[in-house]
Amino acid sequence: MKRARISREQVEHIANLAHIELTEGEKDLFTEQFNRILEFFEKIDSANTENVPPTYHVFDIVNVFRRDEVGAPLPKESVLMNAPRREGNFFKSPKII
Amino acid sequence: MRLRDLSAIEVAERVRRQEISAEDYISSIIERIREVDGKINAFISVTAEAALEKAREIDGRIRRGERVGVLAGVAVAIKDNICTLGIRTTCASRILENFIPPYDATVVERLKREDAIIIGKTNMDEFAMGSTTETSYFGPTRNPWDLSKVPGGSSGGSAAALTVDEATLALGSDTGGSIRCPASYCSVIGLKPTYGLVSRYGLIAYANSLEQIGPLAKSTLDCALLLSVIGGYDPRDSTSLRVSAEGYASGLTDDVRGLKIGLIKEFFGEGVEESVKRHVWRAIHTLEDLGAIYDECSLPSLEYALAAYYIIAMSEASSNLARFDGIRYGFRVEHDDADWSRIYAKNRSMGFGAEVKRRIMLGTFALSAGYYEQYYLKALKIRTIIRREFEAALKRFDVLIGPTMPLPPFNIGEKIQDPLTLYMCDILTVPANLTGYPAISIPCGFEGNLPIGLQAISGPLQESTLLRISLALERNTDIIERRPAI
Repeated sequence: MKRARISREQVEHIANLAHIELTEGEKDLFTEQFNRILEFFEKIDSANTENVPPTYHVFDIVNVFRRDEVGAPLPKESVLMNAPRREGNFFKSPKII
Repeated sequence: MRLRDLSAIEVAERVRRQEISAEDYISSIIERIREVDGKINAFISVTAEAALEKAREIDGRIRRGERVGVLAGVAVAIKDNICTLGIRTTCASRILENFIPPYDATVVERLKREDAIIIGKTNMDEFAMGSTTETSYFGPTRNPWDLSKVPGGSSGGSAAALTVDEATLALGSDTGGSIRCPASYCSVIGLKPTYGLVSRYGLIAYANSLEQIGPLAKSTLDCALLLSVIGGYDPRDSTSLRVSAEGYASGLTDDVRGLKIGLIKEFFGEGVEESVKRHVWRAIHTLEDLGAIYDECSLPSLEYALAAYYIIAMSEASSNLARFDGIRYGFRVEHDDADWSRIYAKNRSMGFGAEVKRRIMLGTFALSAGYYEQYYLKALKIRTIIRREFEAALKRFDVLIGPTMPLPPFNIGEKIQDPLTLYMCDILTVPANLTGYPAISIPCGFEGNLPIGLQAISGPLQESTLLRISLALERNTDIIERRPAI
């Protein structure tokens, strides 16, 4: 039998980390699909990357600064107009603690 | 000639000279959308009223002798992951179904400054994650050349809209081929600019180290003009390059004499259909007849490109899409008496489609403790190796050429059930995103009635070389001007 690269329990764990609720059917489907995709990703194991630095960004732009000046902010109404729930000038969030 | 067939350059010129009115031209575009978009589904939102109003305003300014911009009156379709002030921007996702941005993306600001007219927001794969425009919450876009086929993706709506003259110019975004793939499948020109040439401010991020906004157009000069308008330094994007993008259209020639073309061996290998290779070869011979010279080159690390690309893209996606919580904006479940964590998870479960969930979760996995080095860090190192190989090849050659897609457009529904098979379609487009180099897809033939595209990749900021090849092919073949009967 082929080695499982990711178990159903691990899929549940990642879903939890990513804040996504899965149905039982999605858990089965994703476990099967993730195993095949991760098997494909193993292709990179054979590349020799010894002493090769990682590329996070393709061009070497470092330390991009701007003046610490206050610009014109968006009007309050524009900021809040997309909020599914609001109270006055606040976003209304579910209970956090 | 019908008004909707005019190029952007012709529209702006004739509107300015008052030979046609912007209002009549925009009306003809809107009429076309009403006539065909029921079949194509290229648009998520059409802004007909605002477009007509803007057209009348431009006509008025011209009558009064006031100055107007280089795109005066031109109808532009905007991919629905690019923020437009006051116009719904959905990313083709339920989670942003009713999101109305309070600001314009820099590219949209620049279009408006040149008096272009936004005609609507185009369909796409949800959050730009796909190669077929099938994962849209608003239903798939159909390929105008054959309604049973996919238009490519993820900017499928932008490409399809141009193909049937529902717009004169279009913007797309390209993270792993999302401009070039639909350009190839719909037979239009699509260019992914050098990373940093076009501001990403206002582009809803999927994988920010890979993606660029870019132009799609029905002619090379239009593509060049649109790139000039949207490109150039923007202080609001910290990855923006301090360069100007002026003059792509005005300085363009079709002279390819002495141009050194490298044919990437791996782009003509296993998995690329013979019919595709045949059409690309015909275009190469056209360029040879015009004085270009070619030789083969090999980039052996390309075999790792697709896996490295997907690991990086998914990892960045898992981080970028964490912001969608349904609290400040976006889809929110009705009953919200539960705690924050459950509501957050419920909003995302109902708001995101399957492919978005897959990519967020696999990215979360690739970045998680114990797997980070094996997947993410390794992929970033491969990115370095691939960049070095391209850099070396582009010392020998002015441009590297191959097909855009390994196969012609396929049936809607054919590959969507099997994510890995679908990922394989991106094998020839992802290298340009990993390297940050510019790449263009140029129509080069038809297999039956299905379009085939040629891809050209150059060194950083050499977009004019890519456009030169496109102009040479446009003027010496009749492929680019063909339109489907619909």
